[in-house]
Amino acid sequence: MTLQTNLQHLTSEADVKKLIEENENVMICCGRMGPMCVPVYDIMEDLEKSGKYDNVKFADMLFDHPEAAIIRNAPECRGFMGLPFTMYYKNGKIVKATSSIQNLDQIIDILDSEFGK
Amino acid sequence: METKIYDSIIIGAGPAGLTAGIYLSRAKQTVLIIDSGMAGGQIALTHEVANYPGFESISGYMLSMTMKKQAEKFGCEIKTNTKIKDYNIAGEIKEICINNGDCFKAKTIILATGGKSRKIGAKGEDTFAGRGISYCATCDGDFFQDREIIVVGGGNSALEEAVSLTKYASKVTIVHQFKEWQGFQRAIDEMEANPKIDYILESKIIEFIGDQSLEKVIIENQKTKERFEKKIDGVFIFIGYVPNTEKIEGLVELNKWKEIIVNNNYETNISGVFAAGDSIVKRYRQITTAVADGTNAALNVIEYLNK
Ligand SMILES: Cc1cc2nc3c(=O)[nH]c(=O)nc-3n(C[C@H](O)[C@H](O)[C@H](O)COP(=O)(O)OP(=O)(O)OC[C@H]3O[C@@H](n4cnc5c(N)ncnc54)[C@H](O)[C@@H]3O)c2cc1C
Repeated sequence: MTLQTNLQHLTSEADVKKLIEENENVMICCGRMGPMCVPVYDIMEDLEKSGKYDNVKFADMLFDHPEAAIIRNAPECRGFMGLPFTMYYKNGKIVKATSSIQNLDQIIDILDSEFGK
Repeated sequence: METKIYDSIIIGAGPAGLTAGIYLSRAKQTVLIIDSGMAGGQIALTHEVANYPGFESISGYMLSMTMKKQAEKFGCEIKTNTKIKDYNIAGEIKEICINNGDCFKAKTIILATGGKSRKIGAKGEDTFAGRGISYCATCDGDFFQDREIIVVGGGNSALEEAVSLTKYASKVTIVHQFKEWQGFQRAIDEMEANPKIDYILESKIIEFIGDQSLEKVIIENQKTKERFEKKIDGVFIFIGYVPNTEKIEGLVELNKWKEIIVNNNYETNISGVFAAGDSIVKRYRQITTAVADGTNAALNVIEYLNK
């Protein structure tokens, strides 16, 4: 059960934990192949390809995967009612989470402010 | 080193821009397409398309990717998630500069910047987007299982989505600013027949209030200016469209609704600058009309280049 993107797919809670433990800066988009999610994956793919954010690991996870509960139930996602849930982790801790579609400027703002350029 | 001059730079990779790209590159013209977002435009934001001939039903995402692939196959260069910083389009050779400082020259430009959902513009709308406010029923409907929601709008989209949201919500209240509905009779009848739907006419939401998520709204009657508070779990907004022309305002002629004015050849008031799709002055905004505009604009560009 994975999304049809070119991003790294996470398919278990252990995958999420490993990725955030082994990398200082991580962005995970947790969604479906729906209209509000696809543009976010597309931006992540382009940012990853551009090489400008080599300091960040980009990944996705299917929202309906049972083990995506690690994201769905995060306290930072309380009140979220729009897909996707996009999580930003620094040193294993959530530093920012957003709900629903985000544009390039909004994502870059978070990456630059939370992870530095 | 001599700078490459493209035959055409297309701004916007929605159906209009991609179609223009397909026609131009197939006719051996050099084409660069630049989009500030992802290829596909509004169709990438559409769950299912069931009225595009040739496909009984296809996801908007798949249709976008197929159109993009087709354009690339014929030789279009496509830059997505790329912001344009400067438009120098008045001269014979046009120049477009992007945020990283790179500039591209072309003999012609096609503006295919499409449109986006209109926002209400009420206090709190941005704060609660994704926290109770949504612009996509198919994406977010299931967060509102057995909850009470409002649908804002009175056209076909609002009426149809209000009906579809009754699959999840316990009650749907439509808030519409006018006395009359703007949708087709069939959509009005279906809405009226649904026991879970109620409506408030001649009224607008003027404020969204909550803490972690949306909790209530303030509604104002447009005639009496009376205001009241309504507790609510979610609000879905379908109040139409605005053209994406704010970046080109002052460069080409727009009408009072900020739509691009073109002549019968899809040319704007600036020589060599053409436009197509939802951003131009027209009545019906659909994928089929956008691809038709893209085709016409591209064929007129070819004629212009051959002059
Ligand atoms: C939710 C929804 C459902 C729909 N369902 C249907 C349907 O079922 N059938 C149907 O026929 N039609 C449908 N439509 C309408 C259809 O999607 C549009 O008519 C069509 O996409 C218009 O194509 P376009 O190329 O003119 O513009 P758009 O699709 O809007 O594409 C314009 C592109 O230009 C880009 N852009 C804008 N400004 C700039 C700039 N300054 N610089 C660079 N790039 C820029 C945008 O990012 C976008 O990718 C739907 C629309 C929506 C919103």
